[in-house]
Amino acid sequence: MSNEGKNNDASQGMDYLQSLPRRWVTVYIPIVLFVIVLLFPFYWMAITSFKPDNELLSRDGNPFWIVGPTLAHFNKLLFKTEYPSWLLNTVIVSVVSTAVSLAASVLAAYAIERLRFQGAKPAGGAIFLAYLVPPSILFIPLAAIVVKLGLFDSRMALILTYPTFLIPFSTWLLMGYFRSIPYELEECALIDGATRWQILTKIVLPLAVPGLISAGIFAFTLSWNEFIYALTFVSSSENKTVPVGVVTELVEGDVYHWGPLMAGALLGSLPVAFVYSFFVEYYVSGMTGSVKE
Amino acid sequence: MPGMQELARAGASRPAMARRAGLLERFQNNRNALGWAFMLPATVLLLLFLTYPLGLGTWLGFTDAKIGRAGEFIGLENFAFLVGDSVTQLALFNTLFYTVVASVAKFGLGLWLALLLNKRLPFQSFFRAVVLLPWIVPTALSAIAFWWIFDAQFSIISWVLVKLGLTTKYIDFLGDPWNARFSTIVANVWRGIPFVAISLLAGLQTISPSYYEASAIDGATPWQQFRHITLPLLTPIIAVVMTFSVLFTFTDFQLIYVLTRGGPLNSTHLMATLAFQRAISGGALAEGAAIATLMVPFLLGAIMFSYFGLQRRAWQQGGDK
Repeated sequence: MSNEGKNNDASQGMDYLQSLPRRWVTVYIPIVLFVIVLLFPFYWMAITSFKPDNELLSRDGNPFWIVGPTLAHFNKLLFKTEYPSWLLNTVIVSVVSTAVSLAASVLAAYAIERLRFQGAKPAGGAIFLAYLVPPSILFIPLAAIVVKLGLFDSRMALILTYPTFLIPFSTWLLMGYFRSIPYELEECALIDGATRWQILTKIVLPLAVPGLISAGIFAFTLSWNEFIYALTFVSSSENKTVPVGVVTELVEGDVYHWGPLMAGALLGSLPVAFVYSFFVEYYVSGMTGSVKE
Repeated sequence: MPGMQELARAGASRPAMARRAGLLERFQNNRNALGWAFMLPATVLLLLFLTYPLGLGTWLGFTDAKIGRAGEFIGLENFAFLVGDSVTQLALFNTLFYTVVASVAKFGLGLWLALLLNKRLPFQSFFRAVVLLPWIVPTALSAIAFWWIFDAQFSIISWVLVKLGLTTKYIDFLGDPWNARFSTIVANVWRGIPFVAISLLAGLQTISPSYYEASAIDGATPWQQFRHITLPLLTPIIAVVMTFSVLFTFTDFQLIYVLTRGGPLNSTHLMATLAFQRAISGGALAEGAAIATLMVPFLLGAIMFSYFGLQRRAWQQGGDK
């Protein structure tokens, strides 16, 4: 099966040479299967969250469809759990840590890429290395630091620690964007007496808006999705973020309330999916841009 | 801190430059001073919350710290204990198995999907956008969906298999050690394919169509085109993408934490989940830190292998780097 797909690696320009039945077997059917498998968990999430319990916990009937859809699970989630405050926490933490990281990253990326101060090269290398340090190695000592700073169980703990993975990524991405802005523009401005700060805010930043958007979206989704720090540094229910709250608070003993769990997962996924749908192109270019360099 | 020294030196080296200019203007025209000033916010945050914890974590591994109690230096005791600890050995095996199987699967399927997406398709941009969804949605939340899909009593997979007559019993996906290992790998691969596919697609789009046209005129088969044009030109990007993919997989935490918490019988414990269990749930901060430190050499090895290994091949085949 996998050979068939690879076998057919003609470029787009020569596709017309292929017969239609052959294209069905080698291209259309595999890609539809891929999409079905990749999207099925979301379909399942959505359909479960509207399914009444008696249909959920039955092996009869067609499980792929709902006979009597219900909002009971959302009702329970929004009014009988602390889901709204988890949502609020997630929004606050994501927005603030994204803003902080973007500001720091713009300055750092501009300094490394354009000011070329002594030590700019090693600084760029250090930023890249920082990008490779995974949170699963850092969370234990960070927990000790967070406790020592008196930030344990607060949003501030997350706002201050999320930049450790957001800044390296955004800086790296923005460096690529700044590199694409012609030097001549800055030289002209320098001759006309502009300061570096004016050049940054009035020339470079307006031209780098696409880069800022992709870095911003990336940082936002990364912090929205963050799990291990939020799980470790926050203990009381009202301070939790959505992913951690759903996983730790909605499971009571051995009874799994699948309906509210799925409703929580669905509601927690929608904001990122929504943001993503508006900026797909930026997202994809950010993702590929950061890899290509 | 070298930065401060350089800043001071750079400031002192040009005392005569701006006799009349004010301090602010002099600062703004000195690229070293300005450069380090611009670097300051990022540097402070990263030094405090990345470099320092990295060192602290290594140090903690050599102490007997517990939650709420600062530890004392005990040398290699933690590591000596962990090397002989059967659960740690199992976690190491699980992590390597998980990383190797999932990375190979992600690469194969991701490359295939990238090749498919690179063709002319109806609704092309729709497909490209939709394919990324598993990657952007919070992993902890999609893992919950997989938890439900893998449920022992109401699994939809079991339901379909029973209806098709392929099995009579519902499969215990997460209750049996090997079933659980493969189920978590499936969830991980599902989540990782989009990243590999979209990154490789970007690489594919930089390959000029004229290579394929020229080779087609010379009578190359599609397989030969793939083997001798696509693969060599794609190798540099494959190296970077797979380095990241291996890194993410080796240090994975959330999927396992949500799906199995390391069970059954520790058969899905990864190094990261074991470190969490020992350090945070169990309170043995130092032991957990030692487990996390044990990950570092493997991580470096994996990075070296996938990066330099593939880089060298790119160079041997005259890749465009």
